[in-house]
Amino acid sequence: MQVLQSFAIRAGYAVILLVAVLVLNFSMMHLAPGDVADTISQSMGGADQELLDQIRADYGLDQPFYIQLGRYIGGVLQFDLGFSFFYNQPVTELILQRLPATLLLVITAQLLALFIGVIMGVVSARKPNGILSHFVTFLALFGYAAPVFWTGILLLIAFSLKVQWFPVAGMQDVTIEGGFWAHFVDVARHMVLPVITLGSLFLALYSRLARATMMETLGSDFVRTAKAKGLSTNQVVYKHALKNSLSPVITLAGLQFSAVISGAVLVEAVFSWPGLGTLAFQSIIARDTPTILGILFFSALVVIVGNLLTDLALRLVDPRVGGKG
Amino acid sequence: MALLSVKNLRIEIKTRAGVAPVIDDLSFDLEAGESLSFVGESGCGKSMTALALMGLLPEGVGSVAAGSITFDGEELTTATETRLREIRGNDISMIFQEPMTSLNPLYTIGEQIAEVLRAHQNLSRKAAWNQAIELLDAVRIPNAKARVNDYPFQMSGGQRQRVMIAIALACQPKILIADEPTTALDVTVQAQIFDLLQDMRRQTGSSIILITHDMGAVAEMAERMIVMYAGRKAELGPVEDVIAHPRHPYTAGLISCVPHILSTLTEEREELVEVPGIVPALNDFGKDSCLFASRCQQAQAQCLEARPPEIEFGPEHQSACWRAQEL
Repeated sequence: MQVLQSFAIRAGYAVILLVAVLVLNFSMMHLAPGDVADTISQSMGGADQELLDQIRADYGLDQPFYIQLGRYIGGVLQFDLGFSFFYNQPVTELILQRLPATLLLVITAQLLALFIGVIMGVVSARKPNGILSHFVTFLALFGYAAPVFWTGILLLIAFSLKVQWFPVAGMQDVTIEGGFWAHFVDVARHMVLPVITLGSLFLALYSRLARATMMETLGSDFVRTAKAKGLSTNQVVYKHALKNSLSPVITLAGLQFSAVISGAVLVEAVFSWPGLGTLAFQSIIARDTPTILGILFFSALVVIVGNLLTDLALRLVDPRVGGKG
Repeated sequence: MALLSVKNLRIEIKTRAGVAPVIDDLSFDLEAGESLSFVGESGCGKSMTALALMGLLPEGVGSVAAGSITFDGEELTTATETRLREIRGNDISMIFQEPMTSLNPLYTIGEQIAEVLRAHQNLSRKAAWNQAIELLDAVRIPNAKARVNDYPFQMSGGQRQRVMIAIALACQPKILIADEPTTALDVTVQAQIFDLLQDMRRQTGSSIILITHDMGAVAEMAERMIVMYAGRKAELGPVEDVIAHPRHPYTAGLISCVPHILSTLTEEREELVEVPGIVPALNDFGKDSCLFASRCQQAQAQCLEARPPEIEFGPEHQSACWRAQEL
């Protein structure tokens, strides 16, 4: 009960934070030179002052700042993020179309990086001088140093052009016919390279952290107690040591959620993945203000939800976090 | 036949400077139900002896180089890891110095007690849990039924050490090794823990190996004592004999360090004497001389030339000192 209550409080703070993000985003966009009227007139091939004023009046851009802000926030509270002139579609609709592709990519990459990273960390911590241990160190260095788009392009050249194992771009092949499984396999094939690209950076982070915390935990007193109880090696390592090593990794994974989103922009651009990243990239080029604001809002939403989930996960793992005591 | 018999045990650890014997030619017997105490300064090899008995010497660092450990007729130094796991926590169990960190913070104490019962006694989850409650009650934790669901962070140091004792005694081991079980605790709690250990020993009939540098605890808890110095046995004998008439200058030094409570305030208080100097560095441990000589006021030329033999004083009492006869 107490857990639920504190979770509700956290959720309340999250809403306040979201509103703050909205205000800040909108203000910054407002400060930037140029507005939607400029964009529209540009796409029409130019307009005189009279027409510009007309457009501004139509879209409420002649109103004072605070009224515009109030209208925007009021709209967002009703899930109306405005209208994209560039795509000629309501922004909410536009984003909801693209969001699943990004979430699919980001969540798959995160989970794979976490899972493989923790396993690599555990195995290498048990043999600190083994080959895998050195590999983890190398991988971490590589993951830190290599820019995501560079890794992506190299992978593309190697596995889509030289040996044509994976498709070059996109999320699915429209020519493929068949049932659910045919499409599932198709999407999975398209996902391999973007997921590896995005996941490699986080794999490096997680495996290194998991290795370090695991080594520390394996030397701790309660692990010695577990051994002295005569438990099997697997019980000592996985039941006692691993569970204690998870908290820092989960915390880091939660913090990295925002980095995963921003990483997704680059990866999606390289692989033409039809997600929020590509949309953000295109709408910045097109100066499609409502869409940019909408994407910023959704990114903030994803990060905040990610943090809430991290908090929940930590509570599940560690009884000392919040609640009792 | 003794329950546990250690013969000429030598444990080496690898250091940067080379291999050093942290335990050198140690022999002793432990009878069933007996209480034996190891005494000495930090770094004298007391804890290493305990870890060796458990087969838990730090992997890749320490190893048994020579000698034997026979438990109930079974050789432990060559036993397989699987066999050692069956013995650990079941026939020989151990409680450690740091109750604050020796319990896993993420599991309830009930789970941590029940776990050892499930590992060795083939109990069902439910039966193990119920027995965990009984054990908590036995180590005098009030309201055991409710506290069994607590996590270690909800308990005090003394309570945690009681939980450790419950874990160690869960399978009614033949030997309980207590490695400085009260070092981290308040004096009043120390006395309670020793009382508890004595009671539990009477109930289970376990032998106890008590590792400590608290002479008071030795006098109260143990029947025989071994004084260790720099990995070697300095003196072995019944506690009363050793304290009344120490046959090794190091033992005498340790005893004179302990302040005595006087029966009357007017009584003249004996002056406290410290043992000057420190334990020699690890790479000097293998030398063929008396390792205590550099700190010993009775030292003579002979002490620096050869390692003293163990001289017997009666059947029970022995001392490794060249001048033991004169003391």
